[in-house]
Amino acid sequence: MAQYVIIGNGVAAIGCIEGIRKEDTQNKIVVISEETHPVYCRPLISYYLEGKTDLEKMAYRNPNFYEEMNCEVLYGRKAVKIDNTTKQITLDDETIIPYNKLCIATGSSPFVPPFAGLETVEHKYSFMTLDNMLELESAISTDSKVLIVGAGLIGLKCAEGLKDRVLSITVCDLAERVLSSILDPDCAAMMQRHLEANGIQFMLGDSAVSFDKNTALMKSGKTVNFDILVLAVGVRANTSLLSEISGKVNRGILINNKMEASIPDIYAAGDCTEGDDISYNGKRVLAILPNAYMQGNCAGINMAGGTAVFDRAIPMNSIGFFGLHTMTAGSYYTADEGGELYEEKTENTLKRLFTRDGYLTGFILIGNSVTSRAGIYTSLIREHIPLNSINFETLKKSACTTAFSQEKRKHIFGGVV
Amino acid sequence: MKRVYVNEEWCLGCHLCEYNCAFANSGKQDMTDALKGKPIYPRIHIEEGEKICYAVSCRHCTDPICIKSCIAGAISKEDGVVHINQNKCVGCLTCVLVCPYGALAPNENGIMQKCELCLSNTCGEPACVKGCPNKAIVFEERGD
Repeated sequence: MAQYVIIGNGVAAIGCIEGIRKEDTQNKIVVISEETHPVYCRPLISYYLEGKTDLEKMAYRNPNFYEEMNCEVLYGRKAVKIDNTTKQITLDDETIIPYNKLCIATGSSPFVPPFAGLETVEHKYSFMTLDNMLELESAISTDSKVLIVGAGLIGLKCAEGLKDRVLSITVCDLAERVLSSILDPDCAAMMQRHLEANGIQFMLGDSAVSFDKNTALMKSGKTVNFDILVLAVGVRANTSLLSEISGKVNRGILINNKMEASIPDIYAAGDCTEGDDISYNGKRVLAILPNAYMQGNCAGINMAGGTAVFDRAIPMNSIGFFGLHTMTAGSYYTADEGGELYEEKTENTLKRLFTRDGYLTGFILIGNSVTSRAGIYTSLIREHIPLNSINFETLKKSACTTAFSQEKRKHIFGGVV
Repeated sequence: MKRVYVNEEWCLGCHLCEYNCAFANSGKQDMTDALKGKPIYPRIHIEEGEKICYAVSCRHCTDPICIKSCIAGAISKEDGVVHINQNKCVGCLTCVLVCPYGALAPNENGIMQKCELCLSNTCGEPACVKGCPNKAIVFEERGD
């Protein structure tokens, strides 16, 4: 009997399980789960702190999921070695697990720079997992002064989640702006103003250099006193299992559009991978939940003998802070890179559409009126729709389907899609 | 399965479908009581172009990207109907970011809602179709 093995138990793993089961309902699936929880919605950890969800609602699948899918989950176990010649995996308790087809869905880990004196800080936390969040929650009080290192998606969602539960929050980042991975300077300034208006303090273009117990010494020479330190500097793809057996790895495990890694019978999916970003014409680590599911699902179908291709990956994020939403997608080419920009701006909203060579390559939308129906823009990027085939002048003003040809509308609204 | 389909050449742009939808999902017995003097949050929207208008609601796609993208695991498909568990939804709007048809919008509390074909409300069949004066929206089987 064949056996599928998945290393990891996050959303990519679930996509993989569901992909395998589309093709093969018989053969066993073994899931190696370092975390001791069934799959949960990891991006919801900040919503938990805010009181917008709870542990039960955070379950990504129903309690009988693994049983229904005929999966054995090995909780609290870590894969330490893959032997691709004998097709076996060694676990941290020395158990050997054989595989016929393997999917690496090991995700990413927080990157912690070597700060001097970090060991003297008593209350320091990462903000990646459910356990990280629960530890942080148990340490805070309404008197806590929190310092968050990193003004990216993780650091800022953590700030929002903690806001009403602590005394003060300061966020520092070496970058000059917030959310530097998804927002350009003008858009970042708008979000920063909104975050500041909601009580988050920033020290940008500045970051902690060293720590001494409850004090951070900053690059600028300033000092910050804190009770709780959250380290959200960045993440790194967990690639070592594959690199140790000479599989091809760059910043993530390199995969093709069938989710195959460079070694036969080994696939990879989710935040640990680096695959094609079609808005960029190159490979990128796209550590976002939708891609994790879609990559996992594609891997699973192929592992079980089906035929699937996932060739529509792009960066895309929908994220809100204190009621102000921003949606971003794709790549933002500057004029020097041959890009063109369409912009609409009001005091509280901003729309930027980036085009190049007759295609929409990316967008940044801020404000609840301009984010409405943004998926129509996203589809232009994902489906690589030539702008001369639609009425882009209409579409620039608002995301609508009247900009499509009558034939396409007939297909969408009069047929099965 | 039966889905809601649009005959765009017959749509008058009267917006009755939006009112019927909001009423059917209001849980109220009386339409005036449910809708009068309040902003409405229907799950179907009339789209108006220069010379054309038609109603847009969830397509209940064969392979729905909203389900794969939902960060809260709140969207699922049961018997062909794409369903949102509003209890799990946190209002992150990722489904709005990915739906190619612009078929989802939040309710008055910022929680997502979408057409679920009136199968779980008291109407029992799509209220938009039932009330359309010109058969510009129909509920029928078309080659799956």
